[in-house]
Order: sequence, then structure tokens, then C-alpha cells
Amino acid sequence: MTMIFGVPLAVFMGQLLLGLINGAFYALLSLGLAVIFGLLKIVNFAHGAMYMLGAFATLLGMRYLGINYWAALLLAPLFVGLLGMLIERVLLRRIGHLDHLYGLLLTFGLALIFEGTLVNFFGVSGARYPTPEALQGGYQTGFMFLPKYRAWVLLAALVVCFATWYIIERTRLGAYLRAGTENPALMQAFGVNVPLLVTLTYGFGVALAAFAGVLAAPLYPVSPTMGSNLLIVVFAVVVIGGMGSILGAIVTGLAMGLIEGLTKVYYPEAANTVIFLVMILVLLLRPAGLFGKEA
Amino acid sequence: MRVAGPPPETRHQGTEKKHNSNFRNHDEARLIHSARHNNKLPNRAMETKMTFIKKTLASSVALAVTAVMATAAQAEISDGEIRIGYLADMSGTYRDLAGPGGLEALRMAVEDFGGSVNGAPIQVFSADDRNSADVGANTVREWIDTRNVDMVAGLVASSVTIAVTRVLEENNSFGIVSASAASSITNEHCTPNHIHWVYDTYPLANGTAQAVVQQGGDTWFMLTADYAFGHALESDVTRVVEENGGQIVGGVRHPFPTDDFSSYILQAQGSGAKIIGLANAGADTVNAINTASQFGVVEAGQQLAGLLVFLNDVHAMGLDATQGLLLTTGWYWDMDDEAREWAERYYERVGRMPTMVQAGIYSSTYHYLQAVEATGSDDPATVREHMMRQPIHDFFARNGRLREDGRMVHDMYLARVKSPEESTHEWDLYEILTTIPAEEAYRPLSESQCKLVQN
Repeated sequence: MTMIFGVPLAVFMGQLLLGLINGAFYALLSLGLAVIFGLLKIVNFAHGAMYMLGAFATLLGMRYLGINYWAALLLAPLFVGLLGMLIERVLLRRIGHLDHLYGLLLTFGLALIFEGTLVNFFGVSGARYPTPEALQGGYQTGFMFLPKYRAWVLLAALVVCFATWYIIERTRLGAYLRAGTENPALMQAFGVNVPLLVTLTYGFGVALAAFAGVLAAPLYPVSPTMGSNLLIVVFAVVVIGGMGSILGAIVTGLAMGLIEGLTKVYYPEAANTVIFLVMILVLLLRPAGLFGKEA
Repeated sequence: MRVAGPPPETRHQGTEKKHNSNFRNHDEARLIHSARHNNKLPNRAMETKMTFIKKTLASSVALAVTAVMATAAQAEISDGEIRIGYLADMSGTYRDLAGPGGLEALRMAVEDFGGSVNGAPIQVFSADDRNSADVGANTVREWIDTRNVDMVAGLVASSVTIAVTRVLEENNSFGIVSASAASSITNEHCTPNHIHWVYDTYPLANGTAQAVVQQGGDTWFMLTADYAFGHALESDVTRVVEENGGQIVGGVRHPFPTDDFSSYILQAQGSGAKIIGLANAGADTVNAINTASQFGVVEAGQQLAGLLVFLNDVHAMGLDATQGLLLTTGWYWDMDDEAREWAERYYERVGRMPTMVQAGIYSSTYHYLQAVEATGSDDPATVREHMMRQPIHDFFARNGRLREDGRMVHDMYLARVKSPEESTHEWDLYEILTTIPAEEAYRPLSESQCKLVQN
């Protein structure tokens, strides 16, 4: 059998694929963060909570309203997106003129409130969401057993990531958005409703997190703490990619998934820390991040 | 380490406190206490008293006299109240296995006891230890200093428990550990001031690993949480597997906590072992089992052995993912009529079926209150000695007895998780396969490293 650094090729390939799937999650989450930070300059600490709310909306929607997985893929992000817009309109806008730190504190506080409330009602053990019927089972790929659902996660996440990148970087709407954050006064003079754009952007960013939450629901137990566990890693990914860089977030997310996957084979004890090691290296050598523009 | 052995000064305070309860009330004791420090004694009577105490302590018969004094002095309930402090993880990873449900079980025990002991009302208060040894130890220190707590109940994460028992020993207070897993709590970390009620890692490994090997699962791949508890459980399991003729063919130590187990499950699949042993707990176990089910581990012929699995974990994962899982438990709500009757009362109040820990909190509190009632005292040594003399038998513990190392040994059970077809309702989750007799389940005293055990 071919060996790669003492690991059979089949196992190695399997780990790469799994790493890529995890990376797709990182990409999706860090993308939302990057959009919000890049365009609104808000450090959204409520992002993990929004991811968690997406998963909870899926679970509770099925339990109480009979909404199935495919409908939830659309409805949960919509619901969380609306909630996000409400938060932006009612709370974040009022502190828009203050230092970024206030936005960070506000969103962090909101995250704690959402989490605490749900812990109170649902506990922390988490509940299981069944894998949709069409995606049960898996493929025998020759080097590993690949569950269908994980293949779907990879596909869905990649499609959404690149669609987002395309909208922001290649369409007229995206151009308005970027211009609106660059020089809001001028854009408003051209008759563009900038505050509305900002609200929509925040809503869209958190909807991306909620979408990741729906994808995660059948994979991990749906619990109120699922978001905060992931958030720190996702922030590290954004920092490595370069705060606010859309493409940077996507590519770094996937790359970090791969690096983490390989660490799990060669030195599993460090799997939780390897991303932060990369972050430290990047901050030392390229403080603006791999894809960031020097300020 | 800040929790390492009490400094001599604190020890001295501990002895002094015992004598202080000679005085009728707290204020008087405090007066003497402060007077002594200021070297200004309020009157001659007290001076004589203090000199007497000093002399007694210094004399060669100190031991005997102190013992007599202690019994005489403590034959009453301090402050005219029994104060129970419930310390547990109320909001984190371990919330559902003890947490607010355990507090409710404690309140049930107090209510069933009538709310008072020999006319002394029972007061219950609680705090969240947030799984931090520092927070836990400081909370208990504060309870001792400002509220004169008589008994600390709950006690979940092993790290918190070990820190708290040090504080209890320094201040001669009392604690009943119901939720912690580490067997070291009554081994190298034993104190005369705490007892361990529900289960520990020793019977977990003994029960599950032995049963699995005997059923033909003789090659194991260990999935271990990379911290003290995981390592301890792993070594216990390794010992049991090898003693029974099995073999550990591989393993991986994963960071604590881990969300995504797919990589480790893939490695376990590649190892060719018949059994994948899970030396982890809580969310980690849940995630590992879920992932294994997604990757078709059981269908491919491998079996999982969960070494520390609680009822709430199985409930959360659902029977699809957990069916067939073997586990060792100290109690199961549906195991017989007595257990069921209590569990149903609990269910009416909490809306969930109790875990073994929550049932154990009721059981241990009730026994504690009975001991206080029988001895008319809340002195730790008196109460503990009485508890050791009584056989322990109730809806929770069968053939139970409290050993000198503080371990309450009782029958343990090997259970199998039911399949969705076998289960008749939401909480119908386990089938009890065998009973592991109390005297076989736990670490024998002959192997004990506890300072209270004469080997």
C-alpha cells in the first residue's frame, strides 16, 4: 500500500476530503463575518449565535410546524436574516458612530442573551435532527465511506460561497454596496438608500450563518452552545484571510479545514490549536492577512 | 498548586473552630476569636477557658480529651439550622446530568423529610460552579465563612470536586459528591470530610469493558479525551481489557472538547478493531456516537462501547444512533417499582426523567438528614460515622454501604440501549442486562491508597 508519511494513502485521502468538508463550514461562516466586517465595519460576535439560531429554527420548525429540511434551508436563513435586520435597525445603527469596540460588545452581549435563553429552555445536551431521507446512506469511494449528507454539505456550501462572492464583486448591487461603505454621503447624493443597504447587508451576513446552521443540524447535536464553540475558530480564519476580504475568507476557510484535517492524523492532540498557530504566524509575517490590503 | 494541602495555619484554625462551637452562639465565639488576636481578653472567665484549651491541647492526653469534648460539644445542631449548599454546573456542558434537576431532587428530599430535622429547619441554597475549580472552591469557602454551611451537595466536574474537598477538610465541613467520575476522589484524594455516592470510573471500566470482552469484543481502539479524566478511564479500561484476554490495537487522544469526530472515526475504522471504546464524556461522547452512526460504523461490523454515558446523552442522541450501546449505570429510573415511583414524582416536577446523578442526590441527602436526625448533630465526623454504620437501601442504592474511604459502594448495572422498535415511549431507553454486585464493582479497599484506610 502506498504510504504518505507513515499513513496509508487511502486514509490520507479520506482525511483530506473530511478536512475540505469542515473547511466548507468555516468558509461559509467566515464569509458572513467578512461581509459584515468588510462592508459595515461591525465585528459581529453574534455570528455564532446566529448560526445556532439557524440550527434551532430548523429543529423547532420541524418539531412544531412540520417544516421539512429543504424548506428550512430557505426559511431558517430568512427568519434569522429578518431578526438580524431588526437588530441592525434597532440597536446597531444607534452606535454606528462610536468606536468598533461598542459594536463588538453589543453583539457579544446579544449572543450571550440568545444562548442563555435557549439553555434555560432546552438545556445543553442538544437534540438530534434526522438526516433528510434523500441524503441518508453514503458512497463507497474506494478509499473511504463518504456519507451522502457530507458530500451535499460540501457542494451546497461551495455554491453559496461563490454565489456570494460573485454578487459582491461582480454585480451592480455589489458595486453599490462597496461604494456605499466607501463613501456613504456621495452614494446617498446619487439617490441610493444607504441605510437600507446596510440593514440588508447585515441581514444577509447573518442569514449565511443561519444557512450554515441548517447544514450543521443533521451533523452535530443542535445545542445552544454550538455557535460559541465554533466562533473563535471562525474569527481566526477571518484574521488569517484578512479582515473583510471576501475571497480570502472562502479560500482560507477551506485551507484551514485541510490543515486541521491533516493535524488530526499526524498529531491529533494539536487539532484544536493548529489554526491559532497559523494565525500567529500570519499576524507576524503578514499582519493584514493573506488576502488583506495593507492599511 | 493552590489546592495542595492546607497550610499549618489553616489547620490550626480548623481545630479552633471546633472548640468555638463550645460557645453558645457565633457572636460569642467571634468575640473570643478577635479578642485573642488583639491580646485583649474581655474577662477572666474566658481567659481561663482559653488557657484551659491551650493546656489541654498541649498536654499528652490532648487526643482523648478533644475527642470527648468534640462529641459532647457537637451533640447539637449548629445555628439551630441545617444548611445545605448545592454546587453544580448549572449552565455548561454538564448541566443536564445534574444541574437544576439535581437541585430539584435535593428540594424533594428536604420536603419529603418534612423540611426540618429535630425542629431545626433545613435551608437550601445553590450556586453555579461554571466547571471551574477556582469558582467552586471560592464559593464553598464563602459558604463556610459567611453562611456556616453544614453540607455541600451536587459536586460535578472532578476537578472542581477535588478542589472543594480540600476546602471542606481545611474547615472541617462536609460534602457529598454525587456527579463526579474520577475514582481518585475516594482514593488518593480522600478526606474524612466528604463521601462519594453515585458511581466512579472504576466500575464504569469494570462493568462495560469486561462485559464487552466476554462477548467476544477482544480488540479495542480507544478514543480518549485528552485530559486527566480521559487518561484515567483509558488506563482503567486497558487494564480490564488485557486482564480478560483482550488487546488494545490502537487509539487516538482527541482535544477536549471536540465537535467533529469524523477524522477520528475514520482512523478507528481503519484500525480493524472490533470495538471502539469511548473514554470521554458528555458532548464529546454524543458527538463521537453521532459521527460513528453517520459513517456506518455499526453496519460495517464494528461496535461502540461508551464508558460514561448518561440517560440525558442517550435521550439527546436518539435511539437510532445509540441502539445496542452497552453501558454501566448506577441506577435507571425504570429498573423496578421503587425506582419508577420516585422517578415519576420527579418527572411531574421537572418534566424529564432523572439521571442516576439526580436520583443519587435525593438518596444521599435523605440519608444525610436521617443521620443528622439520629445523632442530633451536624458534626461531620459524627454524621459520617453514623452513615457508615447504617446499611444503605432505598429506591436508588441496593446493598449499599459507606466504606471508610468515603466510597458508597452499591450494586451497579450493565445496560444495553434499546432499539427504536423495542422502545415504547420517549424515556424507555435502557434494558438492564446484569447486576454487578456492590462488592465486585468498586475498587477493593486492599488496593486503596486512601490515608483513611489501614492496609
